Amino acid sequence: MSQTDPQARSPNGPTDTEALPEATVLFAGDSGDGMQLTGSQFTLATAHAQSDLATLPDYPAEIRAPAGTTYGISGFQVHFGSGNVRTPGDAVDLLVAMNPAAVKVHLSRVERGGTVLINTDAFNDRGFKLADLDADPREDGTLEGYHVVEVELSKLTRKALSGTELSTQEMDRSKNMFALGLALWLFSRPTAPALEWIGEKFADKPEVREANRHVLKKGYHYGETTEQFATRYDVAPADLEAGTYRTIRGAEALALGLVAASDRSGLDLFYGSYPITPASDILHELSRHKNFGVMTFQAEDEIAAAGSALGASFGGQLGVCATSGPGLALKTETIGLATMTELPMVILDVQRGGPSTGLPTKTEQGDLFQALYGRNGDAPLPVIAPDGPADCFRAAYEACRLACTYMTPVILLADVYLANGSEPWKLPKAADLPPFEVDFATAPNANGHAGDGSNSDAHVNGKKNGEAAFLPYRRSGETLARPWARPGTPGLEHRVGGLEKEAETGDVSYDPANHQHMTDVRAAKIQRVTRDLETPEPYGGGAENADEGDLLVTAWGSTRGAVETAVDRLRGRGLAVSSLHLRHLWPLPPGLADVFARFERHLVPEQNNGQLARLLRDEFLLDFRPFGKVQGQPFTSGEIVEKAEAMIS
Amino acid sequence: MPPGFGDGAGGDGSADGEPALSRKDFQSDQDVRWCPGCGDYAILSAVQRLLPELDAEKAEHVFVSGIGCAGRFPYYVDAYGMHTIHGRAPAIATGLKASRPELKVWVVTGDGDALSIGGNHLIHALRRNVDLQILLFNNEIYGLTKGQYSPTSERGKVTKSSPYGSIDAPFNPVRVALGADASFVARTMDRDPQHMKAVMEQSYDHSGAAFVEIYQNCNIFNDGAFFEFTEKETKPERALFLEDGRPMTFAEGAKGLRLDGLGLEVVDLENDRWSVADCLTHDASDEMLAELLGRIFWDDPDVNGDDQKLPRPFGVIYQTERPTYGDLLHTQIEGITEKKGTGDLDALLREGDTWTVGG
Ligand code: SF4
Repeated sequence: MSQTDPQARSPNGPTDTEALPEATVLFAGDSGDGMQLTGSQFTLATAHAQSDLATLPDYPAEIRAPAGTTYGISGFQVHFGSGNVRTPGDAVDLLVAMNPAAVKVHLSRVERGGTVLINTDAFNDRGFKLADLDADPREDGTLEGYHVVEVELSKLTRKALSGTELSTQEMDRSKNMFALGLALWLFSRPTAPALEWIGEKFADKPEVREANRHVLKKGYHYGETTEQFATRYDVAPADLEAGTYRTIRGAEALALGLVAASDRSGLDLFYGSYPITPASDILHELSRHKNFGVMTFQAEDEIAAAGSALGASFGGQLGVCATSGPGLALKTETIGLATMTELPMVILDVQRGGPSTGLPTKTEQGDLFQALYGRNGDAPLPVIAPDGPADCFRAAYEACRLACTYMTPVILLADVYLANGSEPWKLPKAADLPPFEVDFATAPNANGHAGDGSNSDAHVNGKKNGEAAFLPYRRSGETLARPWARPGTPGLEHRVGGLEKEAETGDVSYDPANHQHMTDVRAAKIQRVTRDLETPEPYGGGAENADEGDLLVTAWGSTRGAVETAVDRLRGRGLAVSSLHLRHLWPLPPGLADVFARFERHLVPEQNNGQLARLLRDEFLLDFRPFGKVQGQPFTSGEIVEKAEAMIS
Repeated sequence: MPPGFGDGAGGDGSADGEPALSRKDFQSDQDVRWCPGCGDYAILSAVQRLLPELDAEKAEHVFVSGIGCAGRFPYYVDAYGMHTIHGRAPAIATGLKASRPELKVWVVTGDGDALSIGGNHLIHALRRNVDLQILLFNNEIYGLTKGQYSPTSERGKVTKSSPYGSIDAPFNPVRVALGADASFVARTMDRDPQHMKAVMEQSYDHSGAAFVEIYQNCNIFNDGAFFEFTEKETKPERALFLEDGRPMTFAEGAKGLRLDGLGLEVVDLENDRWSVADCLTHDASDEMLAELLGRIFWDDPDVNGDDQKLPRPFGVIYQTERPTYGDLLHTQIEGITEKKGTGDLDALLREGDTWTVGG
């Protein structure tokens, strides 16, 4: 791919290479330092080296906080390995800190003995003051026990670019490339993908392009020549399943899942959306794909976003909207209307810290109850949660399929960590996706009377007995879904609305027995979704008898990686601990009672104060112990290991 | 589009010999449940008389409503319909019309629905110029909740929720619509079925968001709110019927409206001082004129001088052509599709950097 290969270094080079099973690197600096870009490029190189990986970008809440401050720190963590990598890493092996604030914010994540690479050009009195530090962390003992590598990133970058026309300010912008080059060298990652990316990105600006490429190579070579590293590392390729891969962020995967659902179903995608962190990326992504017939509508508010999607669904299109917690609250009434009118609709909720405005850029799983119960009246609906960035694709596709099959709104619960995180994704073939066919009603389905005795002498939609009529609430025996008749279809004119509907005819009805019946049948319809679900299998890290033991750790959503990594470690210590992952929160998959019965104790780690634990207690009358973490950061596997050990020892 | 259905109820049928539709074809089997005497009946009837005359099939019409007495409207029209939630009909209709541009989408709403809880959706549907017919039944009261003052009730109104008189200033719906850059703004009244039907037809023919305020009598909670304009004793003096290209005269030709500086003045056409030639001629495409006409409102001292009451205008106050939201949306999609080719899912999934493991 690349013309120059700086990796072709002398075999007698000064440094030894040590093979590692896995490593975690964290790039941290000002929002203006390009840390997200640096992290993404390191990730890309790592993917090309065929490692398994998981990433965790960590954005500051402020758009451009003052440079050098702790609240302006933007981080990007990537964990990669030759084995199965499921989390962005508990402990960091290399922290690249562009300024003192980055050290202050992120040092606690670095493994004792780990490497801290600091940009000494920012380690001056001004930098300490901005970071609100009393002293130089190199001198006050803060960095004791770490391997500190001091690099004059700015000076070296300027020197590398001294012959160019670029201004000092422009030169300084490339310093992240120096850091990237050095990090690539340290972990024996290829430079070609980043060099190629720079080539494309700055195709129109040859000077900037050459500057960045040059600095990146300089950074790489610096690793060779500096004597600060006794060892460099390598991580062997992971044993990934054969296939074509790309790295994918959850937000992108959600968008692609929607496009795929539209493509496979033949329905046009109508995406109503109001900008909200962290769901806006889905809107950005989808608005690029209009040649798939995708209609993106930036609504006047969250309510209109949901309403327009539902209007499109009534029109026989795929109506979807996405939001985060506060927006879901505003969409509640529309979701109730979708429940009553029994129209398909998909609501993606990228959860963030709550309540209220909460922590807009930080991850949480606090909206489970809102998704399950947050409507007036009894209004159950399917709730599905992807378990990783790549799974977002499958989950979005599935949500659309369930919505159309069962004529119901469906809520998909992602979160900041899933949406922003990335991992390798084995690309599916369009033809291999689950079939997604939509049968619109095209002809009358009755002959003038409802036929269930409830309305036997009624004139249905003005039709006399024996005359063909359309009953908009006559259900499929299999799915209990009502027919979906597109406006424009002659002979099927009908009205839907939020008032209670009479069974079969769909006429407004205040009849007490009918309301009971309709409430029951709406709930029964949602339960029918379990037909499509399989009983999940406990994970025991490959141990025999994983489906029984002392402790079962049940989780949902993005905590899967941390939980399964914890199980690996616990099994490694000889403990009979397994985990169970629930992708479907409502209805719950079949057969869970039997699975739960084979374990002595139950732990439910989740990023809220025990919402799934309460649901499971309610459903199974077992002692599910909640383990909540609401700190805006995902669980580490270590936290789960510790908790699990405490429970069974 | 099928061939026309003739030009009136009982007309001569379409080319393929099917009988033309009549008013009855648009009556659903549901009992109409408004209070006896309610102005809504006349509005329903006008719509049901108009629909057979329009150039669309029955199945192509969709009525979307919100909450309130007006909200029940779709249940009574045998077409497609959706009775939605309070205030949201314009938003829901926007999604429907944008994604199914061939449908004829009508929004039926009330003063509380459209101007209070749903004000935001109304103004945005208007500014986007979504091709909808928005019929706002203005009865200046909350009827379904049994009589509280509404955003169009006059200041001082005594209701259940304002026993000492409302202190809220009312909205003038026409000016709200003009302010939101509506491309079609009209006013009509329940007591004049012919006028109502004619205005509705113009709203249907208009491409873009058509806003029609209908003065509607709520005989239970706000009886007579508009009698001044609708009853024969006072109507000639108080109502000005606008027609494009015609001078603005009223009171059976005895009075007219002329421009006085930047304001309007009523002139007596029966003395020798003024003639019809001095009166303003209506031009619905004139934005400034629409502003002046829109400002004629019961409570506006800037317009209504102390000693003269200007007649309330009815008819199409403003109309202009501009691209509809649906046209722009679909033109953009078509243009991009032409340029990039129809989307290929496998190619999309494989976009960007990919690598292959094993084989
Ligand atoms: S309350 Fe008023 S507006 Fe409502 S139906 Fe009765 S008369 Fe009509």
